[in-house]
Amino acid sequence: MIHFAPVMLFFPLVGFLVLVTFGRRMGEKVSGMIATTAIGLSFVAALITFIGLLGQSNREVTQHLYSWLAVGPLHVDIALLIDPLSITMCLFITFISALIHLYSTGYMHGERDATKFFVYLNLFVFSMLVLVLGNNLLLTFVGWEGVGVCSYWLVSYYYDKDAAASAGKKAFIYNRVGDVGLLLAMFLIFNKTGTLTYLSIFSHLGSFTTLAATMAVLALMLAAAGKSAQIPLFNWLPDAMEGPTPVSALIHAATMVTAGVYLLCRMNPLLGLSPNGRVVIAIIGGATAFVAATIGTSQKDIKKVLAFSTVSQIGFMVLAVGTGAYVAAVFLMICHAFYKALLFLGSGSVIHGLHGEQDIDRMGALRKLMPVTFVTFLIGWLAIAGVPPFASFWSKGDVLDSVYRHYPALWVLGLVTAVLTAYYMSRLFYLVFTGKARFDEPAADGRPAIHDPHESPKVMTIPLVVLAVGTLLVAGIDLPWVHSHTLKTFLDPVFAKNLYDPNESGGLQIVLAIVDAIMALIGIVVAWLAWREGPVRPRWEPKFFANVWYWDNFYDAIIGRPGHRLAEEAARVDIEVIDGAVMATAAIVTKRAQALRRMQTGQVRQYALFIAAGLLAILVFLLVKAFHP
Amino acid sequence: MMTHLLATPTSSSFPYVGILIGLPALGAIVLSLLPRASTSAIRWTALGVSLMTLVIAVVMAFRFHVGNGGYQFYTNHSWATSLGVSWATGVDGISIFMVVLTTLLVPLALLGAGEKRRTKAFTAWLLLLEAACIGSFVSLDLILFFFFFELTLIPSYFLIAGWGGPARAAAAVKFFLYTFFGSAIMLVGILYMAFTHEAQTHILTFSVIALQGTKFSGVAGVLLFCAFTIGFAIKAPMFPFHTWSPDTYSESPIGAVIILSGVLAKLGTYGIIRFDLGILGHASRVMAPVMLTLAVIGMLYGALVACAQRDLKRIIAYSSLAQMGFIVLGIFSFSSLGLTGSVLLMVNHGIITAAFFLLIGWIVKRRGTSNAGELVGLQGPAPVLAAIFTVVMLASIGLPGLNGFISEYLVLIGTFITHRWWAVVGVSAVVFAALYLLWAYQRVFHGKAEGANAATKDLTWGERAVIAPLLLLIVVLGIFPSPILHRIEPSVNRTLTQVAIHGCVSLTPLTGSSCGGSK
Repeated sequence: MIHFAPVMLFFPLVGFLVLVTFGRRMGEKVSGMIATTAIGLSFVAALITFIGLLGQSNREVTQHLYSWLAVGPLHVDIALLIDPLSITMCLFITFISALIHLYSTGYMHGERDATKFFVYLNLFVFSMLVLVLGNNLLLTFVGWEGVGVCSYWLVSYYYDKDAAASAGKKAFIYNRVGDVGLLLAMFLIFNKTGTLTYLSIFSHLGSFTTLAATMAVLALMLAAAGKSAQIPLFNWLPDAMEGPTPVSALIHAATMVTAGVYLLCRMNPLLGLSPNGRVVIAIIGGATAFVAATIGTSQKDIKKVLAFSTVSQIGFMVLAVGTGAYVAAVFLMICHAFYKALLFLGSGSVIHGLHGEQDIDRMGALRKLMPVTFVTFLIGWLAIAGVPPFASFWSKGDVLDSVYRHYPALWVLGLVTAVLTAYYMSRLFYLVFTGKARFDEPAADGRPAIHDPHESPKVMTIPLVVLAVGTLLVAGIDLPWVHSHTLKTFLDPVFAKNLYDPNESGGLQIVLAIVDAIMALIGIVVAWLAWREGPVRPRWEPKFFANVWYWDNFYDAIIGRPGHRLAEEAARVDIEVIDGAVMATAAIVTKRAQALRRMQTGQVRQYALFIAAGLLAILVFLLVKAFHP
Repeated sequence: MMTHLLATPTSSSFPYVGILIGLPALGAIVLSLLPRASTSAIRWTALGVSLMTLVIAVVMAFRFHVGNGGYQFYTNHSWATSLGVSWATGVDGISIFMVVLTTLLVPLALLGAGEKRRTKAFTAWLLLLEAACIGSFVSLDLILFFFFFELTLIPSYFLIAGWGGPARAAAAVKFFLYTFFGSAIMLVGILYMAFTHEAQTHILTFSVIALQGTKFSGVAGVLLFCAFTIGFAIKAPMFPFHTWSPDTYSESPIGAVIILSGVLAKLGTYGIIRFDLGILGHASRVMAPVMLTLAVIGMLYGALVACAQRDLKRIIAYSSLAQMGFIVLGIFSFSSLGLTGSVLLMVNHGIITAAFFLLIGWIVKRRGTSNAGELVGLQGPAPVLAAIFTVVMLASIGLPGLNGFISEYLVLIGTFITHRWWAVVGVSAVVFAALYLLWAYQRVFHGKAEGANAATKDLTWGERAVIAPLLLLIVVLGIFPSPILHRIEPSVNRTLTQVAIHGCVSLTPLTGSSCGGSK
């Protein structure tokens, strides 16, 4: 049954090919159905493969498809690695993707180019599966770039809007900077081990010095920072919210942006060689989690709040990786995929119901008008805020436990971030669903009042309900008091050699859990005091946070504008200096010949004709000689 | 092992190579005899000839013996023995794909960018250019090579001057004189090389194979290297000899630019591989740091200047400069990975730029301009054009799964192993490529189309059919590069052996290229 693995890839690929060929003729409805079915079948294939893997004692199965590259010492196959880590990824990716495809058939109804949307979406899922299933770094890179380009297309989906077009480009360029890291990591690893295949790399780790390992780990971290929106490359993600909301849910929350975390987890044996590299990873993760959470407290666009929340949550995952708590990172990744997809789709439902309004200042009191969205969003809110017994309480709790034992300073930062998380999510929740309605009167800047907001159609609310149920149950895969058939026991073989002491003492664990719960409550209560009446109190929104710590302005000042000037300057130098030197030389020569003007008007023509005739004569001569020697 | 790599040339009963040169040349002559008015007869003849040439080239590529790095389909008719000149031709795994590329791009240029004005002269010049290009790639005699190398200038000049844009006269003269200057120096080098060989062996010959055994003193070798390389660097073009190319590419008719940038440019890098590495191994090794540095500068500088361009043709011209930098980087990495990547990149760049210029030509045909400032939102009225442009753009950026990636990757990984720091600096070029191309794409295709832009017609089925082969190659070579790589690699290894004979380059791929203090 393990041979079903390629089938996972087959369905999205076929879906993509069918839609790209016939999509326009089939129309929006059929396209959406085909795309959704393809991903649904892919999930079934993932499930079958998973069951097959469970039945095997050797849980590292490689499936070769064909040899892609073989030059000198470089051999790269198109081959899949099916192991607990990759199949875990596949399961949640295909499951959530299928739901979001279904939701999109409702959300994208009537949009221009809706078929093209599903073309991109299917190609995205295919690429994402290639990324996690590839048995070597280069194949992972194929998926890595594939998801990147799909993200580019989908972010700039409303291409006639300038902001969307620019956001797509920004996402691509930031990711390219990260890609330099992945390329360099590959070069280094290949230089040391002579292979790019994961399992072979891991059996040749002896050739790494600590310094080389640290360099490779830092390069990998750069790659992860690009794809997973971490400092210093995080600020493309909020802009990416220009894409349609299902895209934000699927690509920019649940799946693609966690690819960096996956890559670091996959390379865990290498991370194990570099304590310094791990410290850097932990610091980047912790800092990103905190910075993004502060920004999340002051955003007014419902999707921007969720975007910064995603950056912050991935920061927690990276922090977990830095402490060696890989299982906790994957656990949080799965939980996050559920509740963040739920929250994004919920926000999409709100936006849909309010005819495109995204400003939380203009929402409020949607509790009664959109009951299904309200209840499901409530579950998502409690899950991300870390309230026991919801998902994030367990998964983020695992991360913080591990951080406490290794980097106490980062643990404190993590606790502060936990408070902020509960705070900004509660603020969002209160402003959207409770208090007084603010959408029914015109806005200060002249936007008209919105009349009769409505609950979304079934095709959108059903995925919400499924994801809400999933969010309620998902933490069950790894509860602290269960010690068999859990995520941890399943993933253990992948990380076994590199896990830090995974067993913590029961008493301390309970104390830490209580601390976590208190933090969540503080955040919720503070937000309640500040925001329950709507945005009427003095705003607790520092400009510094609202403007993203002036991060974009900073880059613009030190890279953007000087770079622009440099390019213009180089173009000028090219014409005036380099070409100028050429032309000056030519001018001197031709002036000597006293023929500058005539050369340009026709003498060269005669000159060339003359050469032509001469060469032709030689050619004829040569040919005659050649065949009659 | 060395003797194995220096396999003796093999020949075949069917004179593929001679026919590949002769057919388009003959076609050009036949065309010049046809009456000027019968344009359709002219078109069909030219197309028929170029397609037949393509078929023969493809058959030859299939009959090419994989695993043999030496010259195949070799012919050697001694001619003017007293002067040492012979009609020596043949192909190896490096040149064969240059030939196939040439024969592929000519019919596409005829179909996709034929000229309505003075069709007869245009097509005849184009076919003659094809013959000259193929002749240059298959020549194994320096004089013969020089003859064809020079011959490419004539049709190029007339194509630019006859069918180009408003500033075509100046562009044609600049192109002609600049490249002519380069080859004049090269001719001196060729003669000096042959006389040195004669002094050592008392045989006057211009045979590339014979000259490979010649020993040159350090200084003479370096001077010869410079004489050859300047000519080739101008042709490619390589930084800092590139300034003719933006003017030429933007003023030439599209049909000519496709061959100029797709094929003629490769004559430069091909010449470096065949003559610098093949004959001047020691000097190549001495000069490698200089060449690597110029290559990296070209990669970054070309990309940087491309960012500041407004005209699509000029953007691609500077992008080509950057790509040439990649090719030269891989060549002077002296690693089989890097050099194989370079040869593959020569093929891929030809395919990608040809596709770019075809598309730009079609945009110009519709809108009368290739200035990105005047083009807005074309994705709305012309979605197929936009989609195809996107695929070509992504191939050029180096998206894995498309053809550009593998060559770029091989160049960088090969260079990283042997000359790490150049690769580390050079790898940043992958960011720049995305920067200027996405910028251009956003300007031209994104945004709201109004007025003339909104009325832009999408690609016709004919145009789609013309570009389809290139798109197919972009995808297929990205997914199945092996058939080409298997044919390139043995010849690359043979060439690296040449470098090693003259110096002390180690061929062990993982431990690096050099011994002694060359690093």
